[in-house]
Amino acid sequence: MSTATNQATDPHAATLATLARVFGDGVFGMSHFRDNLRLFLPPSRLIEVLTVLRDECRFALLAELGATDYLGYPGWTRARFEVHYVLLNLDTAERLVIKTGVDDPKPELPSAVPLWLGADWMEREVFDMYGITFTGHPDLRRILMPDEFTAFPLRKDYPLRGRGERHNFPRLTREES
Amino acid sequence: MAIGSSRESHGHAPGRMGQGSVTSGVEVPENTILTTIDSVVSWCRKFSLWPMPFATACCGIELMAVGASRFDIARFGAEVMRFSPRQCDLMIVAGRVAMKMLPVLQRIWLQMPEPKWCISMGACASTGGVFDTYAVVQGIDRFIPVDVYIPGCPPRPEQILRSILDLQAKVQRGGTLSGLGLPELIERERMLEEKRNQPPGFALARERGDEDRFGYRLPGGPGTLGVDESR
Repeated sequence: MSTATNQATDPHAATLATLARVFGDGVFGMSHFRDNLRLFLPPSRLIEVLTVLRDECRFALLAELGATDYLGYPGWTRARFEVHYVLLNLDTAERLVIKTGVDDPKPELPSAVPLWLGADWMEREVFDMYGITFTGHPDLRRILMPDEFTAFPLRKDYPLRGRGERHNFPRLTREES
Repeated sequence: MAIGSSRESHGHAPGRMGQGSVTSGVEVPENTILTTIDSVVSWCRKFSLWPMPFATACCGIELMAVGASRFDIARFGAEVMRFSPRQCDLMIVAGRVAMKMLPVLQRIWLQMPEPKWCISMGACASTGGVFDTYAVVQGIDRFIPVDVYIPGCPPRPEQILRSILDLQAKVQRGGTLSGLGLPELIERERMLEEKRNQPPGFALARERGDEDRFGYRLPGGPGTLGVDESR
């Protein structure tokens, strides 16, 4: 574990030390943006790292789970979809962002519902909007769009005005209504 | 008292009162009113509209203001807002209608008893407004009949009162006991019915301006209802 002076300068020092102790080097990449620390993981190591973060680093709350579609993003070389998990330590108010990439044609990730129950609806939303399936999710179905909707509307190759779904209804005339 | 003749009588029923007069050879005694049943029925209907507030967005707040004491829709006899469509005869669609909501809207419209009218309140309900996306219906008049449109984002309460007055005029002009609507409405309904059985993209335009959406010219050129709008 790190010293107190270290913690004052870097709020993530304790977490990083724990991760280094458990996993050693080379499991995740790291980047900073302002006061955010982002860790990039391969999907295969996602659940074990999240488990350690929850159990040993006391990230009790999954504050946010979302995804991004980087299709056509200038200079993008990583996987097309990126899913991010924002973790919050309720004792120290430390926030940590975990990112992982999944690619076409069959984006698939292990579910985080066994770790945080709150991931349930957030993973359903990511599935609804991007079509990323979470294996092990107890009830993975659409949450916002109607059940008969077939596309994944937040994908970058889905047109903004849709594919005619918004016009696909019967017209009621006054004579028959 | 011919049914269907109210259009000639031009509203403002019950009519002449006072001195006895002679109408087409028949002497009408004093304190007697001559009018048509259609006209009386329309007069009753137009001053007791029961609105069904289908409020989905910020227009609903303005609608509440209209119902409250400052603007007071009760002055026009339409203050009885019922949240059961079975008890209403005027649907006020206030706010954007998502494509997930539209089947609900249609079902509520079908549940309302005849005769019934519809006000499309605000830019979103009438045209989709700024929400030109896959999820928002671009004007409810594509899928249910609409009598009066209110522009505005959101409209002022005075505009809503104006629309009630306009609708009252429409009810007085158009209503008959036998349930026939306004002639232009019937015409439009016939056109819609013709278009409905066409395959997507093959709808026929009856008159100039119908090519897009009944008078509203899309900026991107003529649209084809029901086909991919991804241009």
